[in-house]
Amino acid sequence: MSVDSNVLNPQEAPAVQRAAGSQNGPLLSINDLHVWYELRKFGFGHAGYVKAVDGVAFDLEYGESVAVVGESGCGKSTLMKTILGLVPVTSGEVIFEGARLSGKNPRELKWYRSQVGYVQQDPYGALPPFMSVRHILSEPMVINGIKDRDKQRERIQRAMEEVKMTPVEDFLAKFPHMLSGGQQQRVVIARAMILDPRLIVADEPVSMLDASVRVEILRLLRGLQASHNLAVIYITHDLSTVRYFSERIFVMYAGNLVEKSPVDELLRDPRHPYTLALLEATPDPDPENLLTFKKVPPGEPPSLIKPPPGCRFHPRCPHMIKDLCDAEVPPDFVISPRHSVACWLFK
Amino acid sequence: MKRLIHSLRELAHYPSVIIGLVIIATLVGLALYAVIKIPYSEAVRLWRGGPEVWGETPRLAAPAWYNYFSKIKQSETFVLDSRDPEASSKTAEILSPDSQYTTIRYTFDYPYDTFPLELTIYFQAKYREKTPHASLTWLTPDGREIRLGQLSVRTDEVYRLSLDDRLTRRLKGVPAHQGLFADPNSATLAPLKGTYVLQIGVSLFEEDSDVDARLVSYGQLYGLAGTDHRRRDLTVPLLWGIPIALAFGLLAAVGTTLSTMFIAAFGVWFSGWVDQLIQRITEVNMILPFLPILIMVGTFQSRSIAVMLGWVVLLSIFGSAIKNYRAIFMQIREAPYVEAAKAYGAGNVRIIVRYLIPRIIPIMLPSLVSAIPAYVFLEASLAVLGLGDPVLPTWGKVINEAYANGALHNGQYYWVLEPAILLMVAGLAFAMVGFALDRIFNPRLRGL
Repeated sequence: MSVDSNVLNPQEAPAVQRAAGSQNGPLLSINDLHVWYELRKFGFGHAGYVKAVDGVAFDLEYGESVAVVGESGCGKSTLMKTILGLVPVTSGEVIFEGARLSGKNPRELKWYRSQVGYVQQDPYGALPPFMSVRHILSEPMVINGIKDRDKQRERIQRAMEEVKMTPVEDFLAKFPHMLSGGQQQRVVIARAMILDPRLIVADEPVSMLDASVRVEILRLLRGLQASHNLAVIYITHDLSTVRYFSERIFVMYAGNLVEKSPVDELLRDPRHPYTLALLEATPDPDPENLLTFKKVPPGEPPSLIKPPPGCRFHPRCPHMIKDLCDAEVPPDFVISPRHSVACWLFK
Repeated sequence: MKRLIHSLRELAHYPSVIIGLVIIATLVGLALYAVIKIPYSEAVRLWRGGPEVWGETPRLAAPAWYNYFSKIKQSETFVLDSRDPEASSKTAEILSPDSQYTTIRYTFDYPYDTFPLELTIYFQAKYREKTPHASLTWLTPDGREIRLGQLSVRTDEVYRLSLDDRLTRRLKGVPAHQGLFADPNSATLAPLKGTYVLQIGVSLFEEDSDVDARLVSYGQLYGLAGTDHRRRDLTVPLLWGIPIALAFGLLAAVGTTLSTMFIAAFGVWFSGWVDQLIQRITEVNMILPFLPILIMVGTFQSRSIAVMLGWVVLLSIFGSAIKNYRAIFMQIREAPYVEAAKAYGAGNVRIIVRYLIPRIIPIMLPSLVSAIPAYVFLEASLAVLGLGDPVLPTWGKVINEAYANGALHNGQYYWVLEPAILLMVAGLAFAMVGFALDRIFNPRLRGL
């Protein structure tokens, strides 16, 4: 594991605040969400759909941190963009603080967007290169109606202190290209935090950073989550950082969430064959395992245009049950109160 | 913004930019001078003016600085006015309460190797009933005294010496503008250099009557820029051509570049049918012939420079530049920071203006500066084709008239070269600045 457990202590989780926040239901609730992209032929003819997200459902409590893991192309980016309101929902619903987001009411959508912060993967690309740090941080406020200069200055000051960019004055006039990768990512986090959101969506926030600053950025996010009672959706394909960051983990495969579980339980007792394969593929620095050969499932992830019938993992699954797995879509089977698996093996 | 300022500061490292900027500054200074010194209505009056405006200038005279480059000193045009104490002396002798005798005496050097084209005296007399009477005497450098003639001076009397038949006879058949300056000891007809005196004695028969006179010697050379076939001083259109050319070039370049940029950004951001529509319009417009449309506009609608400017901008907006900008905007649209802006609620207009367009300014600026001379040339080309503004004096109009009157055929090179050189200098200045801007904003060009 690349992250030292002393640095990121999972016991830091703000249990008290979470309990206080959960009094009026979940923060975010997603029910049977489908996001399909239409494919066009010659620019106008219909040629089918890319079913990037196909029947996803979960609840996110106040102050809860959830990791979504899955390989490239499994639909986790689309899920994230849908939660951010960047991609229209095909069917299903996204309920935030009890209100259903239709995506049609611009004012409501604007308020929702101010409640959701976004931390991107590539910190340099995420910052407009022609704006100074001060300008970058004031943009979300200007857009969301915080026009008072003093208030803006105060918030910028606070956000920059929270992401440990001090002394603040030294950085405000700088342009993104004058900052290091770690500093750029701190500015991205400060921007996501500047409107005091309830939810942060972090899309592989450390995958493009130096190994040396990853830990700091993760610790920073963890600290912010604790102090602001933030809910965090952490999207990654790197299981090694998940353990120290999230309370729950969702495993995504070909547009579906195949396993939802508390992190410790999943790592101790993975159930879904795909989760097993994913854990198997995690690099292990233990020299004793130097010569052991990893069992990786054969084949490739399926096409999202014509996904296989039934369980989408069945063509690669070593435990495939004929006429069941390849015919019927598995529902979520509950293993323990917070652990569910979409696999016929656990019927 | 700071990077922009930094880039502009970098301009100082390019000598071509300094030269270009100096030329542009000079042109702007001259343009301001022209507009202030010769107001618009005055410029139009001078440009359209006939003999009453340009009575005292010769036809088709070359500029006076020709003499600096030539061994044979051609005659320059000069005017001697009796109201100007430096050019003449005027003495009045009161003979009786209602009669006086005024003597106007012009003393001038004639250092030229050729004769003037014409000699004329313009009188301005003030009287009630009895017209004053003048007698004129010409004194040559070698001491000869030639009686020119006697005439009664009406209010606006004009005495054309070359048309005075009696004088011509007295000069043995040589017209006055040659005979009066001719050297009697020379075998061929050649002027005698030296100091000449023209004395006009005027008898006035009323108490408060007065006479003034102007001697105009129409030379082969005139002023800084010479004159055209309608005796108009070319400095007027050459000076006034500067503000017109600069304004046309700047307005057309800024108008087209900015609209093109906004339309491209708009199309890329909204994509779908908006983009499709813009692309189809562009493609159709790109195959439309530009010049024939302008000729049609000039023929059927108006040749006013404002109308032409409007059409030029309109036809250039949907040009190939829209495709270039579109290609760049498509790339910028996918930048993560644009996605981030959308995620924190930035609206469409804000994203286009604040997030897409700033990225394109470094590319847009050099092309904008380089486009200015192109439109300056276009305006001149239209004028040469006979589509110039009918009222305004412009460089293109001068070339057009020179061409129509066979200037090059007749050896009046100055008539064509002066506006042409101004056009080239203006184009060069903007091109030098534009190329340097391109090198600064697109550093990959530097090594080339």
